[in-house]
Amino acid sequence: MKHTVSVLVENKAGVLARVAGLFSGRGFNISSLTVGETQDPTMSRMTIVVKGDDAVLEQVNKQLNKLIDVVKVQDFKTETFVDSELIMLKLHASSKNRAEIIQIVDIFHGKILDVTDKNVIVEATGPTEKVDSFLNLMRPYGIKEMARTGKVALSRG
Amino acid sequence: MGKTGAEIIIEALKKEKVEAVFGYPGGAVIDIFDLLFDADINFYLVRHEQGAAHAADGYARATGKVGVCLATSGPGATNLVTGLATAYMDSVPMVALCGQVPTSMIGNDAFQEADITGITRPVTKHNYLVKDVDELPRVIKEAFYIASSGRPGPVVIDLPKDVQKSVTKEEYPDSIKMRSYQPTYEGHIKQVEKLANAIKKAKRPVIYAGGGMLISGAHKELLELVDKANIPVTTTLLGLGCFPERHPLALEMLGMHGTQYANYAVMESDLLISIGARFDDRVTGKIDEFAPHAKIAHIDIDPSAISKNVTVHIPVVGDAKDVLQKLNKIVEPGDTAEWCETIKKWKKEYPLCYQDEGDIIKPQFVVEKIDEVTKGEAIIATEVGQNQMWAAQFFKYSHPKQFLSSGGLGTMGYGFPAAIGAQVAFPDKVVFDIAGDGSFQMNIQELATAVCHELPVKVAILNNGYLGMVRQWQELFYSKRYSGTCLLKEKGCLHNCDEKICGSTLIPDFVKVAEGYSAVGMRILKKEDVVPALEEAIKIKRPVVMDFVVAKEENVFPMVPAGASLRQMLSGIS
Repeated sequence: MKHTVSVLVENKAGVLARVAGLFSGRGFNISSLTVGETQDPTMSRMTIVVKGDDAVLEQVNKQLNKLIDVVKVQDFKTETFVDSELIMLKLHASSKNRAEIIQIVDIFHGKILDVTDKNVIVEATGPTEKVDSFLNLMRPYGIKEMARTGKVALSRG
Repeated sequence: MGKTGAEIIIEALKKEKVEAVFGYPGGAVIDIFDLLFDADINFYLVRHEQGAAHAADGYARATGKVGVCLATSGPGATNLVTGLATAYMDSVPMVALCGQVPTSMIGNDAFQEADITGITRPVTKHNYLVKDVDELPRVIKEAFYIASSGRPGPVVIDLPKDVQKSVTKEEYPDSIKMRSYQPTYEGHIKQVEKLANAIKKAKRPVIYAGGGMLISGAHKELLELVDKANIPVTTTLLGLGCFPERHPLALEMLGMHGTQYANYAVMESDLLISIGARFDDRVTGKIDEFAPHAKIAHIDIDPSAISKNVTVHIPVVGDAKDVLQKLNKIVEPGDTAEWCETIKKWKKEYPLCYQDEGDIIKPQFVVEKIDEVTKGEAIIATEVGQNQMWAAQFFKYSHPKQFLSSGGLGTMGYGFPAAIGAQVAFPDKVVFDIAGDGSFQMNIQELATAVCHELPVKVAILNNGYLGMVRQWQELFYSKRYSGTCLLKEKGCLHNCDEKICGSTLIPDFVKVAEGYSAVGMRILKKEDVVPALEEAIKIKRPVVMDFVVAKEENVFPMVPAGASLRQMLSGIS
């Protein structure tokens, strides 16, 4: 079972290491982790996708709260939220299949970021499931390189 | 104008009312030492930084105040790590000040550089690397606050050499508020009411009290609860002293080497009230079979301790003292008369015991006599292993903060420096380190510290020539294959030890070692000499090392094998 946890932390050196160390030290599994500054530059928001059952998630929440630099932990199991991530793919693309690729990117409201005679770099954003299906549709064209941000999330309302 | 970083540090120590600093100098802390030379703070020079950490820990456990240790960068700081981990596992308030190479050299693999905040992150409550002297006053204030509040723990402050030298105008703050750290002290009244209800309904309740009781200082409230509600009390190793062990409802210690009656009581109980304890595996045995009939209530200041190892039915987050005060106002006793009778019967039927063997000194006997000779008033520090368990079982504790032992981490070499720390705090009390011949050698160099600072710590070595606890496991579960556990094994020994031809070489001769350090050494070979030796040692106002040569293959019983249910207790003596 995957859970999304949103963590407000002090924007200080070493905080990422504290959180990452907590997960590795206690044997919790991270699927993805993103971090960036918030509207308040003294705070950062981490969005962490965790694998584990309810008992594990309860410990994740409590242990995160116990870290001195953690200001707030939101468990999106109990709240409704919106989430999104970004994927970039460098694909083999010749003049033969370039149009096809552009068509799929359009369907997903994605972008073409770079085009050369051999390659094209495309981008898509959205919830994880949407990004996954975009990725699956792109696989047959031959993925040379790929980068994914992991999800960011905010509670609704 | 302004103050240098080093001046801020000394000022902060004074404002935090630090009376003792344990440490060891080095290039990266020389500026702090220069000021310590004239400061009104007692500095205790140890002989190894690990000793400084344990001494600060022992001082903190014995007083409840924050223990402070000081070491230089690199190896000085890494030598503190075992002591920090020990304090972290047992929730001991400590502040460790470490030197660091100048900020401009951090990351350059400079001489005596180590990433101390990186190394200590998993074994401290929090840590700081101070890169700007303007931050230093606030950081030290925060460190003392974090170390001593909520569930206490060690905090490291890494101090680059240039930060100690640079000047700041920032003043040391009087108070601090942190948006990201606000421990919950007050128990929720609704949860306390739930607990009171459960107590009223319970027929076979048991209180299981841990180290949190002592940190909170709630022993009076506990006694009041027991008087009001007639509930027997068992304590963890770290909880020893929070409830008088001579009380009729005292079950003493539970768990792997707990009393039979404590373990029976837990296994039969219908309501288990845990206060400031954390359901450690040495307490619960096989977790699925722990307290199978009990509803479990858990009072703890650390929410993450609740429902970590067992599912808790009545969680109460808060300080033990606050929660018990609220509980005592509303609690009504359940019908526990029959249960208390059963407990009384068990206590009579299955007492802690050992077999006497004539002239041979039994280690348990030595502990009993330390209790007797000191009238149960001594501060007892222990090393780790058999000595620790016998010290826990056969001394009857009645005062909080009287028993100092590394429970969570199980650090051999803890007891002697911890005893030194306790003696610093209480110069007029009798302080014993109940030791094994193995553990004592892990920090034996601190004899110099005790002698130089005139700290009359008494070390009682229960000398059996073995790393006794591991040997006991080898005897019981590994067909007596004493691999690596005989401390007297020499090159010429047979592969399978034959005690009959075992040489009489003393490795080491503890009496000579003591004398070599200008301490007093005694060797006690006969049972009848135990009491006179103890009496004499207490009279001597200097450090004394007592080498009690005890039965070699004595085992600690009762014993619950690792991973077994508390029901599968080996009583050892029929």
